[in-house]
This record gives sequence, structure tokens and C-alpha cells, in this order.
Amino acid sequence: MQPILNVKNLTMDFGGLRALDSLDISVNRGEIVALIGPNGAGKTTFFNCITGLYTPTHGDVLIAPPGQAEKRINGYKPNHVTEAGLARTFQNIRLFQNMTVLENVMIGRHCRMKAGIPGAIFRNPSTRAEEKQVVADSYAILKKIELAPHVNELAMNLPYGAQRRLEIARALATEPFLLLLDEPAAGMNPQETRELDDLIVRLRDRENVSILLIEHDMKLVMSLSDRIYVVDYGKKIAEGTPEEIKNNPAVIKAYLGEEVDA
Amino acid sequence: MEYFLELFLGGLTRGSIYALIALGYTMVYGIIQLINFAHGEIYMIGAFTALIVSGVLSMMGWPTLAILVIAAFVAVVYSAAYGYTVEKIAYKPLRQAPRLSALISAIGMSLFLQNYVLLAQTSDFLPYPGLIPDFQWLKPWEHVVRSTEVVIYLTTTTVMVLLTILIKFTKIGKAMRATAQDRAMAMLVGVDVNRVISMTFIVGSATAAIGGVLIASHIGQINFYIGFIAGIKAFVAAVLGGIGSIPGAVLGSLVLGWTESFFTGYISSDYEDVFAFIFLVLILIFRPAGILGRSESQKV
Amino acid sequence: MFNREEIKKSFLVSLWFMFLTFPIMVIRVNTIYNRVEWRWDRLLMIGIGSFLLSFVWRYFIKRKEAGIQKADAGDGNETPLVQRILTTPKIYYPSLAVIVALAVAFPFISSMYQTNIMTTALIYVMLGLGINIVVGLAGLLDLGYVAFYAVGAYAYALLNYHYQLSFWIVLPIGAALGALFGILLGFPVLRLRGDYLAIVTLGFGEIIRLVLENWNAFSFGPSGIANIPRPGFFGFKFSLPEVTIYIYFVMLVLVVFTIFVVNRLENSRIGRAWIALREDEVACQAMGIDKTRTKLTAFSLGATWAGMVGVVFAAKTTFINPASFTIWESIIILCVVVLGGMGSILGVILGALVLILLPEYLRAFSEYRMLIFGTMLVLMMVFRPGGIVTNVRRTYKFKAEDAG
Repeated sequence: MQPILNVKNLTMDFGGLRALDSLDISVNRGEIVALIGPNGAGKTTFFNCITGLYTPTHGDVLIAPPGQAEKRINGYKPNHVTEAGLARTFQNIRLFQNMTVLENVMIGRHCRMKAGIPGAIFRNPSTRAEEKQVVADSYAILKKIELAPHVNELAMNLPYGAQRRLEIARALATEPFLLLLDEPAAGMNPQETRELDDLIVRLRDRENVSILLIEHDMKLVMSLSDRIYVVDYGKKIAEGTPEEIKNNPAVIKAYLGEEVDA
Repeated sequence: MEYFLELFLGGLTRGSIYALIALGYTMVYGIIQLINFAHGEIYMIGAFTALIVSGVLSMMGWPTLAILVIAAFVAVVYSAAYGYTVEKIAYKPLRQAPRLSALISAIGMSLFLQNYVLLAQTSDFLPYPGLIPDFQWLKPWEHVVRSTEVVIYLTTTTVMVLLTILIKFTKIGKAMRATAQDRAMAMLVGVDVNRVISMTFIVGSATAAIGGVLIASHIGQINFYIGFIAGIKAFVAAVLGGIGSIPGAVLGSLVLGWTESFFTGYISSDYEDVFAFIFLVLILIFRPAGILGRSESQKV
Repeated sequence: MFNREEIKKSFLVSLWFMFLTFPIMVIRVNTIYNRVEWRWDRLLMIGIGSFLLSFVWRYFIKRKEAGIQKADAGDGNETPLVQRILTTPKIYYPSLAVIVALAVAFPFISSMYQTNIMTTALIYVMLGLGINIVVGLAGLLDLGYVAFYAVGAYAYALLNYHYQLSFWIVLPIGAALGALFGILLGFPVLRLRGDYLAIVTLGFGEIIRLVLENWNAFSFGPSGIANIPRPGFFGFKFSLPEVTIYIYFVMLVLVVFTIFVVNRLENSRIGRAWIALREDEVACQAMGIDKTRTKLTAFSLGATWAGMVGVVFAAKTTFINPASFTIWESIIILCVVVLGGMGSILGVILGALVLILLPEYLRAFSEYRMLIFGTMLVLMMVFRPGGIVTNVRRTYKFKAEDAG
């Protein structure tokens, strides 16, 4: 089967610094894949490269949306990457703080909507129908993520764990086939982390999205992932199932001093 | 050839003055990433203070040289004091606020200071006393370069050297560089960030005051509005050189000074100010990092 | 708060300000008569004034810090008064009716002079609503907004001068030219960061003004264009008092139209994208929004209103010159939005009325107008960055069974 995300030989240089060095990473349909590695290993840079925030120095980022041919998306603008079906969350939460929870999700629907300026001013029937649909869709997503009671609250007033979930909801609203989660469990308590674990599995099983996540919580990574990639200093040092990774000497060496909590 | 030399030296004069003002912009921007809109006004207040002091002293019959030294000194002290106070009132409470809030506050400060001087003094142009003596040895070249201009070159060079020493070798200079690199980190290693920011405003404002006294003596008149245009041009120079970079500010100022001088000398003087603005727009669009600046990549 | 420590602090502040303002406030050198005026009374005023104000200042700073802590603790959800008025139909509709009735009756119950002032205020309401799209909603600080206002005004003056085009024909042309200039100027600058954008727009605004000032063959230079005709009504000629009232109503209708459009834009797909852009550019792009296009629509839609109202301005004053379109005009318009509340339509209207009407009616203060505007910008940013009327987001209701 063709992988839905196929990254080949990805290299990213910042001035003289090589942040990513010939990475090969792929995600298959329906998989939950984790990207782990010590701080500063280049994981977020990798996300930024495939979502168009950075233009990689070398290499190919290929995607194969369901039912479509494979295409190369290097150099796409971030919004085009999202339109193509890749959506992400951010390590340091980047919600639209002064907008309501519902509006945050509605922003995610933006690229799937059509209304332009005349539509906004004249509110013709098709625009009105679209607005109504978007409100309903967004609300449905919030229900799935269990944020429905908070619809009209400002994003900034949500508790921390809920903000992380809202980022996922917002990303889901763009109708991705692959969801990129950047440390979704950071700052969560064990209870919230367990709920997140359930949520991610549920998303994969019911919403038909594959998931690529960066995470430091080893317990979560080991229980969730189908496959794991380990990067250090921008290089891939291991890949495999959680079981294989746990016993890989290179991984243990990279984490020397850091406790492998599994 | 002589005309060229005249334009060249004229550009050097302009550039030197821009440099004295641009330094304050660049230092403040380097440390708190704020375009200190009120900086031009600080320069104007420096020029006004010197005018007032020299007016009082000359009526008391003091010798010219003493007047020059005292007036310049008082101007520097007062500009520094204004810079310090402006920071405390209009910027310090906004450290955590969005950058645009601080910028709007800075615009407000600029508007306030202009009108403060306008109301407390006058809206008319005031003649500025010729405090800088005419050097006898310069007589043969008088038609190309005036003594005020020579004083401007010398003073600017001295100030640059002193400033470089301050930033490179003193403790406060190191603290400034550390704060510019990473404010949170500097705070962690024990740098008193508030003090560093205050010092930056004081040093930048004092430099601007020297510029104010020099240009006012050179041009021979001032009013409350001189700070705005000079401020904008110095800002252009700072951006041109690469904002945040001190050698960049000097280089940018000289480039702007020369281009303006040659443009007005050879082409047309009607559009002198338009030219500076077009320059600004072009740099910001095509090379926002400036000549010496490094392009900063956005942190995500 | 009046213990010894505080009094000592205020005393030092007062000494500092007496020192700071001494040369400029106290001394005035009269070079013509060779005399020095010493205005010691001012020093006393500064001393006392700053002593008292420093208490007020510290009180508000403390309150602000306490407010931040409260918000951190999660108590930030109380509904503001304005929000309650707007969402309670019993209060909202009657007050709206009263306002409309007053606005319609105004020119008939007041003098021509006052109608003129009110028209000016309405012009600023419209300019404020226009710049509000750019600054308040999309978060792009535009310091050259007045350039589009100039484009509209000169469009009417010149098209009328050369081709005798009437007010009503030029009105949409002015709007279109505003939008066009918005796109032309916006396109190259919109990839710049916030503060650079502010400076570049300032530069563009000044370039346009300086060109108008220097290009005599095109714009008649600094002397401007006089005898611009006032608007007509199907060839009907008004007397001066009548035309004043007529322009007032033209402006009133335009303002209502602007409110209608801006309100609809704000709660649309486009408006939400603007706000998202203001909140977080990176996240906004990651959500599939085209940054450049969104900025450009905000920029040109904002400019449209300025272009349109510029036409009215030229027709109202019958004389325009570049001096009406300086950077400070842009800053006054910015003040309207900052005072009223960025992003809030009601706030902008209140802001314009306060800023334009107060100085007119308090003649004694009119020379302090710009001084007060400057102070206001600083104080608003420090103490109430949201403005008088904080923008409130639209809420949606869902059926109870859904909410479970």
C-alpha cells in the first residue's frame, strides 16, 4: 500500500546549522505514528518543513490523499498544505485567544467554504446555508471533542487541557486525512493524558484520520503508536514498533540521562 | 568636481546627524523591539533646551565657547532625562502587551511631546545662535565645507567610538547585548533588565541630543516639528543599515545622507522628502533585514 | 494609600517633573527684544499637578495589575454593560429608535454651524469604521490611511474640474479608487511584520501627500483646488443652509450603510479570517487561510470607505489642499478607533463623536486638542487597550438537547 505521507531525504539547514539531516519518514493510512527524540532533535522543525512554514533545503515531501495520486508539496504555502489535507497543532498553544471556542473551529472550516465579500454583504441564500452548515459542523466537532458546553466562551478562558483539545478540534475542522500533533499531552495531568489517549484512538478509528505525533510522554507514545521514529541531532536513529524501540541500544544511548519511562 | 565634493561633504554632514539619531532607534529596537516613535521628539527637545540655555547665558554675557559647552551639556542631560521618563510612563507598563500597543503608545508620546513644546514655547521657527566658532585654518576651503560641518564630523566620530567602547567593553554594555539576545535568559542570569532598558533609553537620548544641538547650529533655526521628519529619516537609516545593529545604523545613515545629497544636488530638490520615503518603502519590501542585519526567522 | 511612603514617592515624582519641565515650561527667550521671560507660576502648577497625578497613576497601575491577576485566576467572564444593553431587546430597540429620531431631527433643531460640525463628526465615524477593518479587525496598523481619503477628495475635485462629473457619479468612483489604491499599496507591503507595516504605510501616506504638494500640473500644488461644487439633487440647486442639511443627510445615510456592511463583514467567513489573522498569523495560515489575500481584502475594503468619504469631504468643504491629509490626520483617525475600542462598531461611533465634538464644544481646550489626543493614546494603551466599548464576540445558541 502506498503511504499517505512519504518524506524522503529531508534536509533543512539554518545558515551553517543542519537541523534535519536526510530524514526518511512515512505514514500509512490508518496508522498512528510517533516521532520522538531528545529536546532540540529537530522534531518541530520537521513539522514546520512538511506544513510549509519552512522550505526544506533538500528532499521530497510527498502526500497521497485518499483517492488521489501522490503529489509533492515542498514549497507549498502553509494554507495550501492545509487545503491539501494536512492539519497540525502547535507545541505552544496557538489558539485565537479572543475568539470564542466555536469561532476557533469555524476558522478551521474556512478553507472548505466559498463565501466571498459579496456573499458576506448580501447574505444570499447560498451563503446563509453555508454559514448554517458551518455552525452545525463546527458544533458537531466540538461535541466529539467534548467541548460543547464551552461553545461561546473565549478560547483564552478555557482550562489548559481544554485548550489543547480545542487545537485538535480546530485542526480536525479542516478535514485532514493526516493530523500532525505537536506534543499534545504537554502540561496535562495523568487523567487528561488518559483521555487524550482515548481521543486519539477514537479519531483514528471513527474519523478516518491518520496521526503523526511528537510526544515526550513515553507511556502515551508506547501505548498509542503503531510505529515510532526516533530522531536525534536531525538524524533518524531508529524506527520500529514500540517493542523494538524499547530494546534498541541506539535509542537508549540517545536518551542517556533521560529516563525512558515505560 | 568641486560641486561633487560639496555634495559629498554635505551628504556626510546629513549622514552624521542621521547617525546620531539612528543610534537611539537601533539600540532601543535591539533591546525591546519597539520603534520608539518619540525618539525624534527627544532630539527636538535637546535642541530646544540648548537654545534656551544659550539664550539665557548669552544675555548674561558669557563667552561663546562656555555657552556652547554648557548648553550642549544641559541638552544632553535633559534629553536623557526625557528619554528615561518617556520609557517609564509609556513603554514600561506595556512590556507584556502586544507590540502594536507599545507602538501606538509611542505615537501618542510623540504627539504629546510635540504639542507640549508647541504650547509651552512657540510654533514659530526660532533662530539658532551660531555657537560653533569659525575656524581660521578652514578659510581657504570655506566654500566647500563649513566649520560647523567639521565639528559635526569630529563629534559624530567621537560619539561612535565612545559608544562602541561602551557596548563592547563595559559591564552595562555586556548586559545590553545579553538583554538584546534573550531578555528572559538575561534576567535568569541576574541582569537587571529594567535598569538595562532605562540605560539604553538614556544613552540613546543623550546621543540624539548631541545630534540636535549640532544640526540646529548648522541649519540655524528650529521649531517644534523638526523632530518628526528627522526622526523618520533616521529611522529609515537604521532600517537601511539593519535595525538593531550599531555599525549598520552608521552605515545606513551615511548611505541615506549621500543619496539624498546627490539626488537633490543633481536631480531635483522638490522631492527630497519623498525620496527618503521611497527609499524606506523599497528597503522594507526588498531587504527588510537591511545591509548589515541578519534576517530573523520566525519562531514557531 | 496616603501613608508616608506614598507621599514621599509622590514628592520625589513632583520634584523630578519640576526639574524635567523647567527649561521648556519656565524659561522663554525672546531673541527679538533680547529678554528672558521667567514663568515661575508654571513650575508651581507642574509641581502640584504631578504630585497629585502620581497618586492617581499609581492607583490605576495597581488596579491594572490586580485586574491581570484576577483574569489569570479565571474570573474574566463577567458580561460588560454594553453587551447587556445590546443583547436585551427591551433596552436596545427603544434606545436605537431614540438615536435614529435624534439623528434625523438634529439639523432641524440646531443651527447650521452645529449641523456642519455634526457632519464632520459623521465623516470621522465613517473613517473610523473604515480603518477599524484594517486596524481593529485584521490587526494591521495603517498609518497612511489618510492617503485613501486624499485619493477620494482629489478624485472628486479633479474629475469635476476637468470633466464636470457630478458628486453622485464620483462617489462610487472615489470608493473604487480607494479600493484600487488599497490593493496597489497593500500588495507590496503586506508581507511585512506589524511594526514595519506601520512605518511603510506611513511612508506611502506621506509620499502621496508630498506628490500632491509638488506635482503642480496635476494637483495644483499646495494652493489646492477651490470652488468644488457641493452635491446636487437631480439638478436642483440648494441654498447654503439647505445644502448643509442635505450633506448631513448624505453623510448619515452613508454612515448607516457603512455600519450595515461592516457589521455583516465582521460576522462572515472573511471577517472571522481577519480576526484570526490579528490573533495569530502563523496559526491562521496553518488553518488554511491565505494570509496575503486576507490582508489585502482588509486593506482595500478599509480604503474603500476612506475613498468614498473623501469625496464627501471635498464636496462639503468646497476647497481641498494637501495640508488636510497629513500623517496627523491618520493619527486622529487612529485615535478614534483606539479610544472607542478596536474592532467594535459602537465603540468607533462613540470614539468619533467624543473626539470630534468635544474639542468643538469646549473651545477653551481646542488648542490642547492634539496634546490631549497624544495623552489619550498613551493612557488608553496603558490602562484600557480594549477601548471604551470592548468588542464582544457573537454568541450562538444551540438547542438544549444538543448541548448535552
